[in-house]
Amino acid sequence: MSTMGNEMNGEEKAPATKEEQALIEASRSYALTTRLDKLVAWGRKNSLWPMPYGTACCGIELMSVMGPKYDLARFGAEVVRFSPRQADLLIVAGTITEKMAPIILRIYQQMLEPKYVLSMGACASSGGFYRAYHVLQGVDKVIPVDVYVPGCPPTPEAVLDGIMVIQKMIEEGHPRPWKENWVPGEFR
Amino acid sequence: MNFLEDLKKDLNEKFPQNTFQYSTPFGCHLLEVPKDQVVEVLSHLKQTRRFDFLMHITAVDYPKRDKRFDVVYELFSSKSYQRLRIKTKVGEDESLPSAIPVWRSANWFEREVWDMFGIVFEGHPNLRRFLVHHEFKGFPLRKDYDANKQQHCHSALPIHFEDEFNYVPKPDSDLVPLNIGPSHPATHGTLRIMAELDGEKVRRANVELGYLHRCFEKMAETHPYNQVIPYTDRLNYCSAPMNNVGYCKTVEKLLGVEIPPRAQAMRIILCELSRIIDHIVCIGANAVDLGALTGFFHLFTYREKVYSLFEKLCGARLTVSLTRVGGMAQDAPEGWFKDVLKFCDEMSVGVDELDRLLTGNKIWRQRTQGVGAISVEEAIMWGYTGPCLRATGLGLDLRKVAPYYGYEALDFDIPVGTSGDVFDRYLVRVEEMRQSIKIIRQVAENIPGGDYTIRDKRIVLPEKKDVYGNIEGLMNHFMLIVKGLQPPEGEIYDVTEAANGELGFYLVSDGTGTPYRLKVRPPCFAIYQSFSDQITGGLVADVIAILGSMNLIAGELDR
Repeated sequence: MSTMGNEMNGEEKAPATKEEQALIEASRSYALTTRLDKLVAWGRKNSLWPMPYGTACCGIELMSVMGPKYDLARFGAEVVRFSPRQADLLIVAGTITEKMAPIILRIYQQMLEPKYVLSMGACASSGGFYRAYHVLQGVDKVIPVDVYVPGCPPTPEAVLDGIMVIQKMIEEGHPRPWKENWVPGEFR
Repeated sequence: MNFLEDLKKDLNEKFPQNTFQYSTPFGCHLLEVPKDQVVEVLSHLKQTRRFDFLMHITAVDYPKRDKRFDVVYELFSSKSYQRLRIKTKVGEDESLPSAIPVWRSANWFEREVWDMFGIVFEGHPNLRRFLVHHEFKGFPLRKDYDANKQQHCHSALPIHFEDEFNYVPKPDSDLVPLNIGPSHPATHGTLRIMAELDGEKVRRANVELGYLHRCFEKMAETHPYNQVIPYTDRLNYCSAPMNNVGYCKTVEKLLGVEIPPRAQAMRIILCELSRIIDHIVCIGANAVDLGALTGFFHLFTYREKVYSLFEKLCGARLTVSLTRVGGMAQDAPEGWFKDVLKFCDEMSVGVDELDRLLTGNKIWRQRTQGVGAISVEEAIMWGYTGPCLRATGLGLDLRKVAPYYGYEALDFDIPVGTSGDVFDRYLVRVEEMRQSIKIIRQVAENIPGGDYTIRDKRIVLPEKKDVYGNIEGLMNHFMLIVKGLQPPEGEIYDVTEAANGELGFYLVSDGTGTPYRLKVRPPCFAIYQSFSDQITGGLVADVIAILGSMNLIAGELDR
């Protein structure tokens, strides 16, 4: 009891013996921290919980991605959550209009870290062929996007590929400056 | 006595010394009246039971004209199957009386016209922003509004009701405000419902539209006729080819051309395949919302099969854009029709499986029977068309009453319901899938030979071998690409029976290569308008069942 209290008070301990020092050195060489990171990343990448934000045609194609033929469950992303608080991958599938922009911003902010965004299709990525007065010219104007999947709508294979890219990013701990430099509520 | 003379005689008796003008451009009856008499004329036509449907109200902008706007009313009779377009001229700072006392469904139609053109309807209770967001300034469908001028929206609209826009929930009240959507699993899309609950009962409700307003009509005004086709795909994306067909049929009618029998047959097959996959999504999603997940995943297997057929035909799965003005973009590959017939065999098994899975299911029946019931009169008053109308007992199907592409020669039935509730809508859809299979079989077994498109140099691009092979083909191709096809000056309203109901296109041409104005009449817009009324007084759980049965597709609802 008394020794514990001393340690907590930050009092100096007795110098370690040679055997103790050798043990500390040896334990450092196992590099436990990086391995734990990898372990967590491995777990994360294989259990992505997507939130399908299907607004338009791409939403229908996203149903195919989830459906029996293409079956996103094979990639561990089986648990589709419609609550942003339970999801870590936001799939923006479809056109985001100006009216929708404040809402998708709020949805994104409600998601817990770590979180990823996949922009599915031309409209979500750039406004697509709707160069029009009420269409947001890309969802990356309001939230940071990790992977863009082109197509109008993209084939399910392309969406699966996009998800595999996100998995790779998670695995490798890819730096994400677009997310770090993002300012909420600002139109880019 | 023909229709217009009869109408003229009748109106002359009712309105002596009038200045009405009658004409029949491109086969559509048109009546032009002064703006002060519009509502009286509408009221008279409804009271004398000449017309019972108000299909849509829209406007056209002519900025150089003295009286800038044309306001257009489209009427339809479910008894004589006649149509009448009523047009009136309105100046920029003038207003005209609202038609809501005559047709309640005019509410949303007029609100949309105000939203897009800034035309004020006197007596309208709710002229607020509708499709565009609440911070939007200006009227986007006016010709002087730039198509590419975006305005950012910085806030979400709080809960509001038609009779109380600045709604504040009272802390000591038992009433609970509930907001569903625009991001909610049961709204599959971008619908937003706001309700005030008294326990489990809905006291009042309101809906907000426009979260997917993609400016289809403005885009159509800035693109050549053939380039509008991909935009039409994205109206009702659950059955994309049907929109292609509806649009091309309208332009072809304005051009006065008839497409070859093979193209007609291909279009019928595409339409009926689309009808099947549309109903699959509707029934599947409706069942998912009520807790029956199996049907959805099982039916999606069949939807994938249709995707494979489309893919084989043109390379695209969902948005095929396969029709062109004048026919099809290309012929079907060898053996395709055999594949279609094979699919019909598989699908008829699939429909029976679905039938066994749901129709007798006790939970499904209890959740749907008697829910959202609506009478024929009410349905007509709101402008219901398609399966939702037929579920009430009125067997109105444009494939029968105004046949096109040889539907008149095919053997099929129009299923009708009795009570118009969610269960009847489901039954009608299931039976329609069977009838569609029957139609496809008849057409695919007797597919006509010949060309898949007309070969008019002013309308259809030459084949690639001619473009690369001879100078005439190259010049023809160049001219058509640069100038586009140019229909004659005029206006037309043409309809097809889409999976959801009457899909109409109102097209105004000024003789150039782009449409002057293209208004689409989406079937679910009119149906959705009745939604707040239908759910008020019911249970909150039924809201989801009714919403699913209406098959609301945000793409065509908000355009």
